[in-house]
Amino acid sequence: MLALTGVHAHYGPIEALRGVDLEVAHGEIVAMIGANGAGKSTLLMTICGAPVPSAGRILFDGADIAGLPTFEIVRRGIAQVPEGRRIFPRMTVLENLQMGAAAGDATPSALAAGLERAFALFPVLAERRTQRGGTLSGGEQQMLSIARALMARPRLLLLDEPSLGLAPMVVKQIFQVIGEINRAGTTVLLVEQNAYHALRLAHRGYVMAQGRVVMSGSGAALLADPDVRAAYLEGGAKPPPGA
Amino acid sequence: MEYFLQQLINGVTLGAIYGLIALGYTMVYGIIGMINFAHGEVYMIGAFIAVTAFTALGVAGVTFVPLALAVVLLVAVTFTAAYGWTVERVAYRPLRGAPRLAPLISAIGMSIFLQNYVQLLQGARVKPLAPVIRGGFELLHANQFSVQLSYIQCFIILATVVLIAVFTLMIARTPLGRAQRACEQDRTMAALLGVDVDRTISLTFVIGAALAAVAGVMVTMYYGVVDFFIGFQAGLKAFTAAVLGGIGSLPGAMLGGLLIGLVEAFYSAYFSIEYKDVAAFSILVLVLVFRPSGLLGRPEVEKV
Repeated sequence: MLALTGVHAHYGPIEALRGVDLEVAHGEIVAMIGANGAGKSTLLMTICGAPVPSAGRILFDGADIAGLPTFEIVRRGIAQVPEGRRIFPRMTVLENLQMGAAAGDATPSALAAGLERAFALFPVLAERRTQRGGTLSGGEQQMLSIARALMARPRLLLLDEPSLGLAPMVVKQIFQVIGEINRAGTTVLLVEQNAYHALRLAHRGYVMAQGRVVMSGSGAALLADPDVRAAYLEGGAKPPPGA
Repeated sequence: MEYFLQQLINGVTLGAIYGLIALGYTMVYGIIGMINFAHGEVYMIGAFIAVTAFTALGVAGVTFVPLALAVVLLVAVTFTAAYGWTVERVAYRPLRGAPRLAPLISAIGMSIFLQNYVQLLQGARVKPLAPVIRGGFELLHANQFSVQLSYIQCFIILATVVLIAVFTLMIARTPLGRAQRACEQDRTMAALLGVDVDRTISLTFVIGAALAAVAGVMVTMYYGVVDFFIGFQAGLKAFTAAVLGGIGSLPGAMLGGLLIGLVEAFYSAYFSIEYKDVAAFSILVLVLVFRPSGLLGRPEVEKV
């Protein structure tokens, strides 16, 4: 479904991606783990055309999308839950969700169906629908950001650190929902520092360091790999007791 | 009292016009964070198109005022909107992502260019227009003073109220209005959700120019004269109005316009008509010094 070959990306003079190869097949959950500054967020943003890759190819459904403007890329069926959630703070929850529908079918009936799905997934958003995005708690903002991304019925969902800064209970809920979204037919590419949760959920995983993919394998295999354990699990991110 | 009432009517009329122009400043500031200093010139072009269209209709023998007015509004809005679109395309879009000062300088250049362009094309002399709508109501007659509300003032105030209502609904309810607010709050995120940001910014300039065009038509009918320099003064006043209301705030621009109109009317009536501009611009200085966020532009408390 998505295939990157030799993708490079720059922020000004800084080369953030140095030839990334990656594949996501239809129906998969793929996790990308790596330390801070490894280029994980840049990878997701580059898939969406911001920044435009300086070299390499990005195939989505067989068509090269590298170099297209962001809005055209996402209208082809890619949605992103970006780093830091990026809720529109002065818009209501409902308006944030309506914005999410901009890339897809924006007819009233499609919009109503989308809202119904969103509120079924996160009932708390229904209660908060007239509240401004900026007044939500971190967990609620994360839920809103995911729900907003799903409004356009994307075929590929890109998630950037959905667990960052959230309480353990909320993290668990978010990962559960990601599993549900995937079972309902959406392909997921998940970037995480919470390697334990991410790799347990994912079918396959990649490890990124300094702008390159340095390792790949099934989620279970990476979880068992001594190098991965040493670098990303037994350091600071141990599985919480009882998880 | 009667004199006061008359000045109130005059001030509200003037304020309506400033408010319409101020909306264009504040919208553009909201979405791309720059002051479009060429906006006053866009308004001036709207006024020139109005004079030309009224004159052409007069020559063609169209004497039915509502028809003439509708045609002139349509022509002025269409052409002025095209100017607004072009200004953005030529002078600001190539500078997107450049340091903030660059588009500002470009805007000042565009303003000077448009002034000279109209001066060369139309001449430096004042263009007159015979009154299109005459007459009015006499609201009150006391102490040998008659309080007049002319039909043209009625038209200006009513048209502004209707326009602002439509405009407010557009921003609050339509997908375009939502997209504009989304671009204002987080342009990258708006693009990630499928909003064509460049198109949304273009449409913002088009809408701002259309509102300025209506103001231009109104001024032409109200004062009966235009010249190539009116955009500079009116532009600065409307800019003052936008800053007074809180730059970036749409209700603020309308309120600021109204207040500046009233201040100007009362200051000329009770103090000195020669120094009415001093009053308006003193407000600009005072607001910038003591309350830079303006009356309604208070930043909201947000959790991050």
